Amino acid sequence: MLTKRIIPCLDVKDNRVVKGVNFVNLRDAGDPVELGSRYSAEGADELVFLDITATIRSRKTIVELVEKVAANVFIPFTVGGGISSADQIGLLLRSGADKCSINTAAVNNPDVLRESAERFGAQCVVLALDARKDTTRSGKWVVCVKAGTERTDIDAVEWAVRAEKLGAGEILLTSMDADGTQAGYDIELTRAVAEAVHIPVIASGGAGTLDSLYDVLDKGKASAVLAASIFHYGTYTINQTKQFLAGKGVPVRF
Amino acid sequence: MLVIIDYGVGNVRSVTNAFRHIGADIVVSCRTEDIEQASGLILPGVGASGYAMERVAPVAELICRQARAGKPFLGICLGYQILFDMSYELGEYRCLGLIGGSVIPIPAGRTIPHMGWNKVIPAAGMRLFAGMEQGKHFAFAHSFYAKVEDPAASIATTEYEGLSLTAAVEKGNIFGVQFHPEKSGNDGLAVLRNFVGICQETKQPC
Repeated sequence: MLTKRIIPCLDVKDNRVVKGVNFVNLRDAGDPVELGSRYSAEGADELVFLDITATIRSRKTIVELVEKVAANVFIPFTVGGGISSADQIGLLLRSGADKCSINTAAVNNPDVLRESAERFGAQCVVLALDARKDTTRSGKWVVCVKAGTERTDIDAVEWAVRAEKLGAGEILLTSMDADGTQAGYDIELTRAVAEAVHIPVIASGGAGTLDSLYDVLDKGKASAVLAASIFHYGTYTINQTKQFLAGKGVPVRF
Repeated sequence: MLVIIDYGVGNVRSVTNAFRHIGADIVVSCRTEDIEQASGLILPGVGASGYAMERVAPVAELICRQARAGKPFLGICLGYQILFDMSYELGEYRCLGLIGGSVIPIPAGRTIPHMGWNKVIPAAGMRLFAGMEQGKHFAFAHSFYAKVEDPAASIATTEYEGLSLTAAVEKGNIFGVQFHPEKSGNDGLAVLRNFVGICQETKQPC
């Protein structure tokens, strides 16, 4: 049986791991090479590396840093942040990434998903979908781009469905309302997307108590949970998290 | 010396990192003399079969000759899928034909790709899994799988939403894994160590 995945996320700025609330008020959380290596050894199921400054400053993702992190990570490794073309994905895959996540560029030019999937396979094309509650329609969410700084009027669920058709092999779904608050994932959003697509959905944004991880895997129908603060600041270890989930009957890997 | 065959398909870096981490003498190359001198060959790859076959074509005959002569050979993920006779991924492609069988889509009705860690049950005596407990988890990321039709091949399986998938094969010194051992933590590194051990034990002029 396929296990549910526990995924620590490295939000990287100026070669350091940082973490903020709702994508602002960043504080330092350590060295990405060290943290990546530690999570890989501690039993994390994947690692995500997001260059959070790349889109805002139109800067390319830090390839050399990706190489260094990848050299010590023996679990699947996703890289995102500012990726705008299939060629850049090719470069990152050659640098040690296993998957690449695309957000803003896919919204601006959806064809980048199709081209990347054709060249490298859907399994390495991750749609990063940052969503925020729609203020005008209840029970709906809209897509945000440019690291959460810009709201679009695209419906999040519809975009997820379209991205799957274009060739995305996975969706990294972040609730901008919940991100960094540690108040729990947006379960409704996660379930709405997970039920609309046939590809795995990684829930992100709002990880707090271990119950909140369980809830989004169970009620939210996520295939995986992503978390940053609770792991970086030592609230829970990967192993504690898995023990807790296993106790609730969730299939996990030890 | 082991050679990772670099034919320009996907990520050889992860595989190289993992072999270096376990202390293997590894070279990334697609030069004939390196492939001939290697004590073992590794065929990595991610992406689509048709493209991979196109890219591997210049060395296909050479690596098949080496594998058939008994040089230890490990195909990983897409490099594993092209070991079979045919692939029906986005068309119909003749593959290397080292192991009987064909590659077909994972039937719809389940989450696809099969993405994440799943439990692998090897047949008794499969050397890649020597010294390991039964039922370890390995990392998968694929939408197609091989239907093995080769009576000489041992098979390891994994169960995915009611479907029994081939996770690994072994036929003589030809090995293939659908999962990513270079991305499967310590258990994956143990599989790679077993392959390195097989290469060291095989003293065979090719």
